[in-house]
Amino acid sequence: MLAYAIKRLVQMAIVLWAVSVIVFLMMSFTGDPVFMVIPIDSTDAEIEQARRILGLDRSMPEQYWLFLQNLVQGDFGRSYVFRQPAMDLILERLPATLEIVIVAMLIAAFVAIPLGVYAGANPGKPLSRLIMSGSLVGISLPGFWVGMMLIFLFAVEWRLLPSSGRGDTVEVLGIETSLLTWDGWTHVILPSVTLSLGTLAIILRITRAGMMEVMRQDYIKFARAKGASRKDVLYGHGLRNALIPVVTIFGLQIGDLIAFATITETIFAWPGMGKLLVDSIYRADRPVIVVYLMLVALIFVVINLVVDLVYTAIDPRITVK
Amino acid sequence: MMGQLLASQFFYNWRRNLSAIAGSAIILVCVLIVLFGPLVSPQNPYDLTQLNLLDSYKPPAWIEGGDPRYLLGTDGQGRDVLSSILYGTRVSALIGIAAMLMACTIGTTLGLLAGFYGGRLDAFIMRVADIQLSFPSMLIALFLMSAFGTGIDKVLIALTLVGWVVYARTVRGSTLGEIQKEYVQAARVAGLRDAKIIRRHVLPNVLTPLIVIATVQVGTFILIEASLSFLGVGVPITQPSLGLLIKNGFDVLFSGLWWTSVFPGLMIMAMVFGINLFGDFLRDELNPRLK
Repeated sequence: MLAYAIKRLVQMAIVLWAVSVIVFLMMSFTGDPVFMVIPIDSTDAEIEQARRILGLDRSMPEQYWLFLQNLVQGDFGRSYVFRQPAMDLILERLPATLEIVIVAMLIAAFVAIPLGVYAGANPGKPLSRLIMSGSLVGISLPGFWVGMMLIFLFAVEWRLLPSSGRGDTVEVLGIETSLLTWDGWTHVILPSVTLSLGTLAIILRITRAGMMEVMRQDYIKFARAKGASRKDVLYGHGLRNALIPVVTIFGLQIGDLIAFATITETIFAWPGMGKLLVDSIYRADRPVIVVYLMLVALIFVVINLVVDLVYTAIDPRITVK
Repeated sequence: MMGQLLASQFFYNWRRNLSAIAGSAIILVCVLIVLFGPLVSPQNPYDLTQLNLLDSYKPPAWIEGGDPRYLLGTDGQGRDVLSSILYGTRVSALIGIAAMLMACTIGTTLGLLAGFYGGRLDAFIMRVADIQLSFPSMLIALFLMSAFGTGIDKVLIALTLVGWVVYARTVRGSTLGEIQKEYVQAARVAGLRDAKIIRRHVLPNVLTPLIVIATVQVGTFILIEASLSFLGVGVPITQPSLGLLIKNGFDVLFSGLWWTSVFPGLMIMAMVFGINLFGDFLRDELNPRLK
């Protein structure tokens, strides 16, 4: 187990290093950042000086080495736009993003798993077919368009919910959250529903596939034969065994949710790090983009590790090599 | 012989499967739009001489104030929404198909090489694939586009870079299985060159699982392209895809002008839904194990 953990940690480090190389290379293709930091009417000498300060006069390997050193020390430079450390900007907005991601996951889990269990246990019934067609529509919908339609219906036509922003927040343990105020919830609900749809559809389909597989097994027949209640058979014997792939996909979906939060946040003007990324792409604010990508890469490799560990923990058939 | 048998069984199942027929019908309509859209389109939405600013923001024809000339209404430049959709569907669908073909070609080639030769090449390709798969496609595409800038060619490159991995992995897996088999050994003993063994003998035997992946990927690519264009880092304004039409409609949605964004969205949904319906059917047919 220890050897496995060490191996995985080394792998994580390699992945993060590879990401840093890719991010560095891509960033150096995207124009000259010098013009982001100096006034338009600068003289050539001033441009040269700015170039030296930013280290742009050095060779590519040297620049990368500098970049890597700063990265390891957690120094990502200052945003060209906000003139603040890029790391702080991202971390400030991380809680807002996690808020809609977590609520979206909860919505997906509480809607998708019961529906998936039903559709998997009763494959032929009309309601199951309806559920499955619905999930296929869910996969086929452009998420941003759904968000727009929700805004149009709930905010423009019916005026029930606000269309953008984060609403009232309260500070808990130094973190601003909108999940503890009524106004906050009215702002959270539309972005979260929008974000959850894709995940909901995927989890539903995986749950159903797993249930269909499990319900054929002999132990389900035995459970029925010994007189276990229907609910007990479905959830205690069925779902429990169908849950393994669901947990894996769920973990991997967190990554997708963070990625799709960029679009959802843009539509709902939700002040999270995804919107900051999109804004920074428009403004070519390189340091912020780099921090976002490295942070998200870190989150992803950690999620992948956790998923693998949970996988081995909940399925005794799999042993760690 | 085998092929014909499969085809007839396949056709028989297709005829009895309502959602497969529905999916095929939607795909057929989309193909017709791609081929003949500009011919049947009421106007050329990008020919400025055909636009009339006085006709801007007309609602759909069946709503009060609507104009029978503009069935689905008009946008801010007096552009017919239906015509925009016909042209936009073309852009979206062609990007999805072209990117899928590129990703499939590159991914299959790399997968064949990795599986056939193994060793360092294999290790390298698979490591790259592993790293890439730990990130969501959407994020990689967004990142690439932010580096490349807008343009249809750039969207195609970004989608290809995002999409090759699934093919490489699948093909590598099946290639490893195939090269163990006697027919490949026989071809080797017969003294065929590697290139010929790969092309003539291995390739045809690893293609089947790719059909499902490729079908569904066209839908995925259409959605990713739409999202990129919605964020303003996709296709240029001169060749709007459905995603860009929705983006343009988003700005006026708050004024209650819903038709400029609702209809293009419905079109994307219908197109991708049709592809997914058909993809589901293909999956059941080609991988009976999963049924």
